[in-house]
Amino acid sequence: MNNFFNRDLWNEIISSLKSNKTRTLVTSFGVFWGIFIMVLLLSAAKGFETGIKHKFQGIATNSLFVWAQRTSMEYEGMSKNRSYFFDNQDAKSIKDKVKGLKIVSPQNNFTTLIQHNLKDGDYTVEGNAPEFLGQKSLKLTQGRFINQQDIDQKRKVAILGWGLIDELFEKGETVIGSYIRIKGVNFKVVGVYKDTSIDGQRNIRAQQNIHIPFNTFSQVFNFGEKVSYFFITADNNQSVTDLKEKIIGLLQKRHKINPKDKRAIGNFDLNEQFEKFNMLFVTLKAVSFFVGLMILLSGVIGISNIMLIVIKERTKEIGIRRALGATPYVVKKQILSESIFLTLLSGMAGVSFASFLLFLVNLKIDSLDPYDSMILNPIVPLPTILIIFIILIIFGLLAGMIPAQKAVKMKPINAIRTE
Amino acid sequence: MLKYTNEQIAAMIAIQNLHKSYQIGSNSLPVLKGIDFNVKEGEMVSIMGSSGSGKSTLLNIIGILDEADEGSYHLDNIEVKNLNEKIAAKYRNKFLGFIFQSFNLINYKTAVDNVSLPLYYQGVSRKEREERALFYLEKVGLADWSKHLPSELSGGQKQRVAIARALASDPKVLLADEPTGALDTKTSYGVMELLQQINDEGKTLIIVTHEPDIAAMTKRNVELKDGLIIGDTIINQVRPQLHV
Ligand SMILES: Nc1ncnc2c1ncn2[C@@H]1O[C@H](COP(=O)(O)OP(=O)(O)OP(=O)(O)O)[C@@H](O)[C@H]1O
Ligand SMILES: [Mg+2]
Repeated sequence: MNNFFNRDLWNEIISSLKSNKTRTLVTSFGVFWGIFIMVLLLSAAKGFETGIKHKFQGIATNSLFVWAQRTSMEYEGMSKNRSYFFDNQDAKSIKDKVKGLKIVSPQNNFTTLIQHNLKDGDYTVEGNAPEFLGQKSLKLTQGRFINQQDIDQKRKVAILGWGLIDELFEKGETVIGSYIRIKGVNFKVVGVYKDTSIDGQRNIRAQQNIHIPFNTFSQVFNFGEKVSYFFITADNNQSVTDLKEKIIGLLQKRHKINPKDKRAIGNFDLNEQFEKFNMLFVTLKAVSFFVGLMILLSGVIGISNIMLIVIKERTKEIGIRRALGATPYVVKKQILSESIFLTLLSGMAGVSFASFLLFLVNLKIDSLDPYDSMILNPIVPLPTILIIFIILIIFGLLAGMIPAQKAVKMKPINAIRTE
Repeated sequence: MLKYTNEQIAAMIAIQNLHKSYQIGSNSLPVLKGIDFNVKEGEMVSIMGSSGSGKSTLLNIIGILDEADEGSYHLDNIEVKNLNEKIAAKYRNKFLGFIFQSFNLINYKTAVDNVSLPLYYQGVSRKEREERALFYLEKVGLADWSKHLPSELSGGQKQRVAIARALASDPKVLLADEPTGALDTKTSYGVMELLQQINDEGKTLIIVTHEPDIAAMTKRNVELKDGLIIGDTIINQVRPQLHV
């Protein structure tokens, strides 16, 4: 008797639900619909998130890019509109003075004529540090990336984007070990990469860059100490956005830039963008939850209402049961159980139906190119289902509360007397 | 301190100076105006009186379905006063069996499930409930109808199921409010014969009725008028002649 999962109690519940089939169905629909909408919205949000995150895959998102532009203010006798460059000392200084940074890698680049045997074309050449590989989503398909010896010995080696192979090489020609000419200088090809970032998917040019050791670039192409870009990645437990001000301040000081000059140092905070996306997803999920909850609430009010009507219809029955020895606790327990059972059943039907629909949607999405779609695997994770389950139980309880109270409020004799 | 007279101790039901009035708007309608009434174990009492004399009110108070305003009521030497609903439900279940004019079966439950309901509220196991319910259905002659819904039964059969249900928890007192009021004469006599048989086995019965022939089948007749007992006589019990 005390056990909620008592078979007798269930028989009582089922037989009373069966005796009112229409109301059982009509009532259930509200909650079914609420949960259905909630699950669809939540999984759409989740799918959107998965889709977007997929595009950030492999990129060190906790990164800041800075580059030198022209100054826009006078400072300490320096004129405005002055052009300047970062230099190698900056990298060292940033690493030394700003704590919590993992990588500070410099880059120079230009677009120039690239030749291989009889083929040629204009492509972008980047001088990079070995660490650059970890900051961008470059996947090596052949050979290797730049290493420290390349830097130290200023080796003339190159890593090509896979999009270049078709442009510069014959079909079936061995790429690794061959030579290309960059601005007339021979470089040995030691690797081929594929850019898997969102940019790489969209833009074939991103698959056609050539990476060479930074120091080699500086020497061969006469860049001296100049650095055009810094790619800065912070430690995992340290948001690079928080260090941004410090880094830029340091660079301003080193290059005599007015601290108020916002335009002199160009920067792009990937972390901030990524956080914005994260916020967007959190908001999206919250909104989905809220909307679903509101629809659910109206469903629950429906259940409560119909339970009330049913209690009224069953006043006499409840009176008879009490004459036969049903305590208020037993009566309330049965009504609450009915309400919870109804809510839970219809809610779970909503989850099942939505899941089925999502299953079909997933089948469709799987047949598409994952890089083309903004939504990937729209599923509702198990913890969410669990939360929904608990919410349903609570709502079912709430829905049954007033009817249950009402059922035992009347004197048994008055209950029996009603027709 | 509670003091009992000898008579009270022997009584199954002991009522003294019972008052009850109903509140209708701002008016108070007195229905029972000082009832003294004792019933000993094994008695079969009929209560008669004109409509509105307070018969049902008295029976409902005895059945702990309603409460008196004043006076004392002891059921099997237990004082019934200001009980909370939980205890009231327990007493109804353990001590009392109800038989109503309109049967009051639960229409979506089979005969056997209706009969086992009081046992369900006692927490008796499913199997035992079924066995005991079947035993009482057999007693009222409806063993073959155990799986039928009330809608599939005749009036007399319904009342027999209700009697089996009232007996199921083996209560001390059966209370019947016009048990034959909705039945034709022949069926009524059948039901009365069954109630007599139950009384013969020692159960205490109180039956409210309008019909003198039904009252004549009990052992004692109490007459109510305007909320007071105006007559209380031991009578010679008539056995119904069913096949005349
Ligand atoms: N719940 C109630 N509220 C107000 N008045 C009531 C209530 N129950 C009964 N009464 C009144 O109390 C009086 C006695 O009612 P009761 O049902 O006890 O009479 P009775 O003797 O059983 O009559 P009958 O033979 O018609 O069944 C009647 O006048 C009735 O209208
Ligand atoms: Mg009456």
